[in-house]
Amino acid sequence: MALLELKNVSTFYGNIHALKSISISVEEGEIVTLIGANGAGKTTTLMSICGITPVRSGEILLKGQNITKVSPNKIVQMGVSQVPEGRRIFPQLTVSENLDMGAFLRRDKEGIKRDMEEVFSIFPRLAERRNQLGGTLSGGEQQMLAISRALMANPHLLLLDEPSLGLAPLIVQSIFEIIQRINKERKTTILLVEQNANMALKIASKGYVLQNGVIKMADTAAHLLENEEVRKAYLGL
Amino acid sequence: MKSRSLLADIGKSFLIAIWFMVLLFPLMVMKVNVSKGVAQVQFRWNMLPLVGIAAFVLSLLWRFALEWNEKRGNDSRAGGPLAKLKALTSQYLGIAVVRKGALFILLAFALAYPFLFGMYHTNVMITAFIYIILALGLNIVVGLGGLLNLGYAAFFGVGAYTYGLLWKYVGHSFIAAGIDPGWLFWISLPLAGIIATLFGILLSLPVLRLRGDYLAIITLAFGEIFRMVMQNSGDITGGATGISLIPRPWLFNIKLTPQKAATYIYFIAIVLVLITIFVVRRIEDSKVGRALEAMREDEIACQAMGINLVRNKLITFALGAFWAGIAGVVMAAQTTYINPDSFTLWESIIILMAVVIGGTGSIPGAIGGAILLKLLPEYFRALAQYRMLIYGIAMILVIIFKPDGLIPRKRKQYTFKEKELAK
Repeated sequence: MALLELKNVSTFYGNIHALKSISISVEEGEIVTLIGANGAGKTTTLMSICGITPVRSGEILLKGQNITKVSPNKIVQMGVSQVPEGRRIFPQLTVSENLDMGAFLRRDKEGIKRDMEEVFSIFPRLAERRNQLGGTLSGGEQQMLAISRALMANPHLLLLDEPSLGLAPLIVQSIFEIIQRINKERKTTILLVEQNANMALKIASKGYVLQNGVIKMADTAAHLLENEEVRKAYLGL
Repeated sequence: MKSRSLLADIGKSFLIAIWFMVLLFPLMVMKVNVSKGVAQVQFRWNMLPLVGIAAFVLSLLWRFALEWNEKRGNDSRAGGPLAKLKALTSQYLGIAVVRKGALFILLAFALAYPFLFGMYHTNVMITAFIYIILALGLNIVVGLGGLLNLGYAAFFGVGAYTYGLLWKYVGHSFIAAGIDPGWLFWISLPLAGIIATLFGILLSLPVLRLRGDYLAIITLAFGEIFRMVMQNSGDITGGATGISLIPRPWLFNIKLTPQKAATYIYFIAIVLVLITIFVVRRIEDSKVGRALEAMREDEIACQAMGINLVRNKLITFALGAFWAGIAGVVMAAQTTYINPDSFTLWESIIILMAVVIGGTGSIPGAIGGAILLKLLPEYFRALAQYRMLIYGIAMILVIIFKPDGLIPRKRKQYTFKEKELAK
């Protein structure tokens, strides 16, 4: 059984049909990527999974359980955690406080402490700056903080929304390496939304191509990388 | 930043002076006299240079002030006399003994106050205390939760009317039964808190999805609706005439003279202020407080963290309303008379100003702001007709020169200690 399954999900913003009956499935332990141009509906897909934008029709299943109408905070409790687009860290809170907000729903103090140490070992840069205000970090550091904050919820499924947005290529490289590491070491399943299709497909096992709210292609990442159409439209080759 | 030359400043001020002379010409120079049914325009030419000079001087002063402000921002902590004084006080306040001593003296003074000064001053101080409670309550909503509430006076009114209506409808049966109606005060105090909280929740339900301007407008409307309802349901609430002869709080069946009663209410108010400060501080440091702050900063991120926004907003409004309700009861007991005019939009705005001038989110700021806005007008009654003007100018000055408020917020951050690392 797939960890996450979207069945014919349609989402609207008012009259705008943002997602047109899309179906996605994410297996336990894999990295799945969702690529597409601006306005294709990538972020909407993540927001629908999280319950932040309501789904009009279709079903979202998490471990076989229907979560379509479940409230966002319950979904986080069920082990789905999102790194929102544009990072959205809390600028007036310190790095440690930001991380603490990530563990908002958890009550096991020991576990939180352990996870915070683990996060700091993944991102030593954050450990150096743990008393600094979130807003004073650089873009790359903020992205690290956003990912760490999501990890503090101890998720089974991590939803990443454009982690490469606005970052220098070298930093993007290291962020993607860390994403892979999180997937391998923590056994966290990852759904990665990206515009940087090349990077995303290289680390993913499976990919979906989203265009104007419709799934255009679904295949293994390797096949998509070879695909003529994808190469032309998204890889610029 | 390019440096402004003095000459350019003078030139600009000169232009502004001319502009003001033109602008104020019909107001300050022309005067229409009506004598024997004939209107005659009198030109007071001597006013013209006065307007010009005043505009020139003020504009030049303003320019210097702005320049000074910029410079201050550039080399802050450079150590002017003011900065040194600040450093010195904070250094001394850092010593526990000094801080405790200062607090003790302050508290002793506050306790002795009604006996040192007359009833008038005591009553003024009670009003200030009521506003401190209000400002601290609104500080939760605006400062912590970041939700702009322009109808806060309505909750204040809910508190006052809880006591007033209870007196109006239950009071006589208390008297008939031989019980001092002053008991009603002690019953109303928690009851008003609860009812105001319910009203807070009621208001927050329709505004859950709103933020910023929309929220401000809805809360403003709510405040006005409350006032209108109180004013127009005359059969129940006494309408515009209000409710009078509200009893003073019970104190072991002792008949208190107005002077003694004021002193008594003064002490009740002090205790309530201390409780408010204590509770609000605890809220700020709690998990709920942190969630409220996170909500102020980024709602979507909050949802992604699994923070329940609906519950958060309900809590914010409910907590804010609770304190307003309490303050309302004290107010009704102090003045022994309430009517809808005490709960206008203007009241909400003054409380909001106290929070903003004092420093949004800062507890000492809210206290300072409330004292400033309530005490100064009392002691400068001669300037009463210019009150709005002065408030407006004060607001502009604070926003430009001290945008974080007079006593800006120092948030408790948890800092990383070496000891933790060693573990």
